[in-house]
This record gives sequence, structure tokens and C-alpha cells, in this order.
Amino acid sequence: MVTIILNGESKEIETEVTLDRLLDLFSLPKQRVAVELNKNVIRRQDWEKIQVNDADRIEIVHFVGGG
Amino acid sequence: MSDVFKLAGKEFGSRLIIGTGKYRSYDEMKAAHKASGAEMVTVAVNRVPLDGSSESFLDHLDPAMQILPNTAGCYDAEHAIRTSRLAREALNTEWIKLEVIGDPVTLLPDNEQTLEAAKVLVKEGFIVLPYFSDDLIMAKKLLDAGCAAVMPLAAPIGSGMGVQNPSNLRIMREQLPDATIIVDAGVGVPSDAAVAMELGADAILMNTAIAEAGDAAQMATAMKLAVQAGRLGYLSGRMPKRLYASASSPIAGAIK
Repeated sequence: MVTIILNGESKEIETEVTLDRLLDLFSLPKQRVAVELNKNVIRRQDWEKIQVNDADRIEIVHFVGGG
Repeated sequence: MSDVFKLAGKEFGSRLIIGTGKYRSYDEMKAAHKASGAEMVTVAVNRVPLDGSSESFLDHLDPAMQILPNTAGCYDAEHAIRTSRLAREALNTEWIKLEVIGDPVTLLPDNEQTLEAAKVLVKEGFIVLPYFSDDLIMAKKLLDAGCAAVMPLAAPIGSGMGVQNPSNLRIMREQLPDATIIVDAGVGVPSDAAVAMELGADAILMNTAIAEAGDAAQMATAMKLAVQAGRLGYLSGRMPKRLYASASSPIAGAIK
């Protein structure tokens, strides 16, 4: 298992999980969202290539109402 | 009247840009958006909830609307830059309303951090629309940095206080005749929007004044008309202010 910080929350997940799989694990939407890994945006086409490592900080964002 | 609002090479039929926050319901928001005639709306970038409760907010917007993501909630340049990059990736848009807040009570902008972020984002190809204090010198620096427009506040965000410093807006208009100036934040009632437009603003961005109105859609209509009225007033050229009266009817010929 590895421990990551996902949207500010500490989460334990299996090893060798890709970003794409991470979204599935948490039932998160994949359209019109963006993923940041350790402060770098990861392009959608790379989600399946990049694996999550221990202590990674991941932000997954979408859009909400705002001014 | 043909009076197209041009911004970063794109033409808009409306000079009113509106927000998507604080509405009591999606139906109310949609009705207000339609009534406003606005062609561009702002949205905020936010963490997806991990409990599976997320829904696609964007589905509630008219697909014809230009979406302008903002960097609300960012307190330094680094966070604003990261948020901008995420917004671009998620929406495939270069447009960003750059907002770097300096203080949680007033929500007044941190102009120094805003400028720093603007310089980086312009270099990365963003169309940067910065919210900042109504200050001519900062406006010049933001424009020199390559911002597509400047967005001075009328008053603090959500305050509804109206244009607090009309002289600053007037000076900005006169000194920066070619710049696109969008008054962003602080408008409360239609007359505030009209005042800002009369002072020469090219457009107005507002959210709370419409979303928190008792009848949001009706207020959106009122704001649309006020922006149009103010714009026409500005283009028409106002009469000079005088300290004393100037009779409208002829004095000579009145019966004695």
C-alpha cells in the first residue's frame, strides 16, 4: 500500500495504481476535470501512463459556481 | 446600434459578463443568465469531492456561453498559476480571470502577486484578465505584462457598494484610451452598472448583484439595460457639470 494526499486528504491505496485508475477507485468524473501531481498538471493522455507513488500530492479539480 | 465588444480578438454582443455563484437554484441561474443577455460567464476551479457527490456544474450552463474560469481563493501567485493551468487543461481554454486575494475579510486583491502571476501566465499563452485595485499605475503594469484587459474593482467583491472611486475609473479611461477596461466586483444595483459604463468602462463583470437579488432574472434584465444605457451615455458625451443653473427655456420673450 502507498499513502497519498488526495485533494488534501490522506488516502491509502494499492501500489502500481495509475492516475486513470485512481479516478476510477474514487468514482470521480473524467470529463472536464484536471489532475495535478506534485504541483504539475498531468495531461489527460498521460493518466494511464503515470503511476501514483507513496507521498504523492494529488489534486483533482472540476468547476463550480463562482464570480 | 452596432457596438460590438471586442476582447482578445473575440466579439461579444453583450458588455455584461456574469458569474455563476450564489444562485439559489440552477433554474434561477439559467433564467438569470438568459435574461442578462451575457455571452460570457465565470466559473470557479475547485477540488472534486471524494465522496462521489460531484456533479457536472458546467452542464447547467448554456453551451453557447464563453466560459471564463477564475482563480478565486488563491492567495499567492503560485496558487493562481497552478489553478490557471488546471483550468486550461480541464476546459481547453486559454482564458483566465486572474484573481489573487490579499486578505479574507475584504477580499481585496494582492496587486503585486497578481502582476507576478500575470507575467508568467501571459508567457504561457493565457488570455489574462486580472482583477485588481482601481489604480492607474497597476493597470499600466498589467497591460505592459500583456494582459488582454484590466479589471479594476468598483468596490469589494460581493459588497454591492457601487463605484467607490469614480475619479480613478475616469482617470484610467482617459489615460488608457486603447485599453479594455472591465469593471469587476462591487456593483449592487443597476445604477451602479450605469455609472461604471458612463465613466467609460468597456464592460462589467458581476455576480452577487444578480444572484442575491430577490428576483434574479428580473435584476439580470435590469442590469442588461443599465449597461446598455451607461454605454450609450458614455458614447453620447455628457454635458458639462456646472455649479449654477443654465436655463432651458428662453429668458427673453417671457411675459412681464
